Amino acid sequence: MLKIRIIPTLLVKTTGLFKGKKFLSDRYVGALMPSIKTYNMRDVDEIAIFDIEATDSRLEPSLELTKDISENCFVPITIGGGINKIEQVQKSFQYGADKVVVNSHLYKDINFISQVINEYGSQSIVASVDVKRVKNSWICYSNNGKINTGYEVLDWCKKIEKKGIGEIILCSIDQDGVMKGYDLDLIKYVTKNINLPLIASGGAGTYSDFEKAINSGASAVAAASMFHFTYRTPNEAKNYLLPKGIPIRKTFKSSLIL
Amino acid sequence: MKIGIINYGIGNIGSVAGSLNNLGSDYIIIKKENDFDLIDKLILPGIGNFKKCKEILDSKNFTTKIREKVLIENIPILGICLGMQLLASFGKEGSGSKFIEGLNLIAGEVISLKEMGSKLVLPHIGWNNINIKKKSQITKNIPMNTDFYFVHSYAYTQINKKNIIAVAAYGVNFPVLINYKNIWGTQFHPEKSSKAGLEIIKNFINIDNVKN
Repeated sequence: MLKIRIIPTLLVKTTGLFKGKKFLSDRYVGALMPSIKTYNMRDVDEIAIFDIEATDSRLEPSLELTKDISENCFVPITIGGGINKIEQVQKSFQYGADKVVVNSHLYKDINFISQVINEYGSQSIVASVDVKRVKNSWICYSNNGKINTGYEVLDWCKKIEKKGIGEIILCSIDQDGVMKGYDLDLIKYVTKNINLPLIASGGAGTYSDFEKAINSGASAVAAASMFHFTYRTPNEAKNYLLPKGIPIRKTFKSSLIL
Repeated sequence: MKIGIINYGIGNIGSVAGSLNNLGSDYIIIKKENDFDLIDKLILPGIGNFKKCKEILDSKNFTTKIREKVLIENIPILGICLGMQLLASFGKEGSGSKFIEGLNLIAGEVISLKEMGSKLVLPHIGWNNINIKKKSQITKNIPMNTDFYFVHSYAYTQINKKNIIAVAAYGVNFPVLINYKNIWGTQFHPEKSSKAGLEIIKNFINIDNVKN
């Protein structure tokens, strides 16, 4: 049976690790490689790394970093931020990424999905969908939450599902960094209407937030602030979720040091 | 002892090399025919499709080299994911419905999980537990139902039961850890399966080379 994944999200600028609130006020939280080594040592299920500068600055995403990461990291690595060319995708995989995340560029060129899956398969591309609650609906935003794309969330998710996207990481901008829980109505609404693995993102503050997101239909839960700013860890989250009957990959007991 | 990681130009081998580094094992990346002369063990990683990768192995004359090393010199080989599938006699991926010849090191055929009867969404991707069927050196320190990381749509079939060490379930049961003499294969990615995966690689490193 496939397991529910717990994914620490790392937001990077050229050198360091950052975390914001509602996509604003970036706080520096440390250097990247030590964090990756720590998560790797702690036997997490997957690591997601986003370059939050690339899209706005129009700089090339710093993909070379992926090489160092993959040689020191023995779990699947998801890389994103500023990706808008097939050459960048090729580079990411060459350097050791397992999946790439694309967001803003898809609103300009949805066929980018087909381009990637023709070469690497549908498991290789994840769409990041950032949404804000506007009146009684959810609207997709691009460019780190700055540009209203006009798409209603489900209209957009169905569109990219049809193109063959492998997974969706769905982030509530309103909940991001606030640690008050995921937007569960949003997760339910999307997972009921699409047939893809969905990674819940934005808002996790406690282990029970994970449980609620999973029970709302999420296949994986991502968290950043909770792991950066509190004593909570992915491993303890597993110990919390397992007795609740949620299929979790058990921590592997080994004398090996990663 | 030196391990050769066969690099045939598709996909990344960074994590495989990184895991050998981590375990303190000496290795080289095999890029050309002569590199095979230097090694005592082989790892055949794999991302991509069966037909395309077999064509590359053929064009570099690696097919002949691998078979020589494994069948004549009895060098242990570990095929990972597509690398395990390439150990088969035949595979169908990338060729329509026609069978393409594999390395023919462990008798069997590679077909899609869908053709095997799985009705679940493909690819099979994520952490899944394995069911160990047979005691083996390769599963030392690996308890029953340990989770490993998978990414694939095709699987081994028509394989002698004696050669199956472990299976996993995704709509159907399929072999995920196989062995015949000095030939080993894992359908999952040990280099992406954290500590459990590194235990498998360590066990492979510790397998004795049988003298001729």
